[in-house]
Amino acid sequence: MSQIFQRSANTLSKVSLFGVLALVGGLVLLAMVLGRSSYVTRANEYIEQPVQFSHLHHVLDDGIDCRYCHTSVETSAFAGIPPTKTCMNCHSQLFTNAPILEPVRASFRDDTPLHWVRVHDLPDFVYFNHSIHVKKGMGCETCHGRVDQMPLMSQQRSLQMEWCLDCHRNPEKYVRPRNAITTMGYVPAEPQAVLGPKLVKEYGIRGNTSCSTCHR
Amino acid sequence: MRRNSLVVRLLAVAALSASVAACRQDMHDTPRYEPLEATTFFANGAASRQLVANTVARGQLNEDRHLFEGVVDGKPADTFPMPVTAAVMARGQERFDVFCSPCHGRTGVGNGMIVQRGFRQPPSFHDARLRNAPVGYYFDVITHGFGAMQDYSTQVPVADRWAIAAYIRALQASRAATVDDVPADRRADLARPAGERREQEAR
Repeated sequence: MSQIFQRSANTLSKVSLFGVLALVGGLVLLAMVLGRSSYVTRANEYIEQPVQFSHLHHVLDDGIDCRYCHTSVETSAFAGIPPTKTCMNCHSQLFTNAPILEPVRASFRDDTPLHWVRVHDLPDFVYFNHSIHVKKGMGCETCHGRVDQMPLMSQQRSLQMEWCLDCHRNPEKYVRPRNAITTMGYVPAEPQAVLGPKLVKEYGIRGNTSCSTCHR
Repeated sequence: MRRNSLVVRLLAVAALSASVAACRQDMHDTPRYEPLEATTFFANGAASRQLVANTVARGQLNEDRHLFEGVVDGKPADTFPMPVTAAVMARGQERFDVFCSPCHGRTGVGNGMIVQRGFRQPPSFHDARLRNAPVGYYFDVITHGFGAMQDYSTQVPVADRWAIAAYIRALQASRAATVDDVPADRRADLARPAGERREQEAR
């Protein structure tokens, strides 16, 4: 009677041992990559809005400061979506007949709010407050990206917990002077490795990482 | 057979965990309203409520006419309702640059970017009429608007309006100022770019 297994079966069995490990490892890796991908985080996704509002035009072309519209960013948890009245400050005279602005004019005329769709939507079990971040020298750009280069708004970062923690653990990597909060394309005046720790000390940044800081 | 079912199970687990990763679970969106969120509960569709007509919220009676209306004895106030400190001036400069400079320009001559885009040009703050206007006038215009300018009462809080008025006064004074008006120890700053100076003052 001949052997059931040929000599090559020895190699095959050894290879398959590693093969199973590689398969399991690969699946875990796949899950990790998928979990961080923009497919899951919905980063870089454009969202249909009632008006094709361009931050690029208003910030880069016109040089309007973020706080002109997002007035409550320094004083409250919510940065604030401007009322239609803020649009009309300028658009009562500019682009008054542009079809693209008809929803804005209709909103102002009929006193009905525009239904903007939230782009940066944190889960409800996360407490986030804009004002404390701005006070401690976190620039808009750090989380929202180069808004001045976005014809349409999209989320730039993953908004996942590991992303929050990266900064809470190493605030000196991201902190900037308070007067440069709304600066887009900010370049530190001295190397961040020097300026960062200095500002962390000066602003009293604790980079709190206890669970209840955000999950309260 | 045994091995087959194991592989199938592993694949099933992998597929399930991948699909779960893309799920928004209930706790992501709990039954409470975010600020300004839409609702079907109220007729106007807004979850955030406006103040009931003819009522005053606690702490918002605003009886001080000087502070809240810029009026003293029925006339535009010529004085500030608060001490004008260096901090107030710095705040005024920052707020002016945010809210006023789009039209009035950073120096107040009325050549801001919005004007360059076609908005009606405002008068220069350095015209004789505006140089002689009392500070209460500036407060009133920020609060109620003037001509093509809409009111800024919802965008700029009362204290900031006064700070901006103070800074406009400084802008006006700067036009007639000479080097002798600058304190001797600060004259070296004049040679440095404004941005650099501002950055240091902000510290």
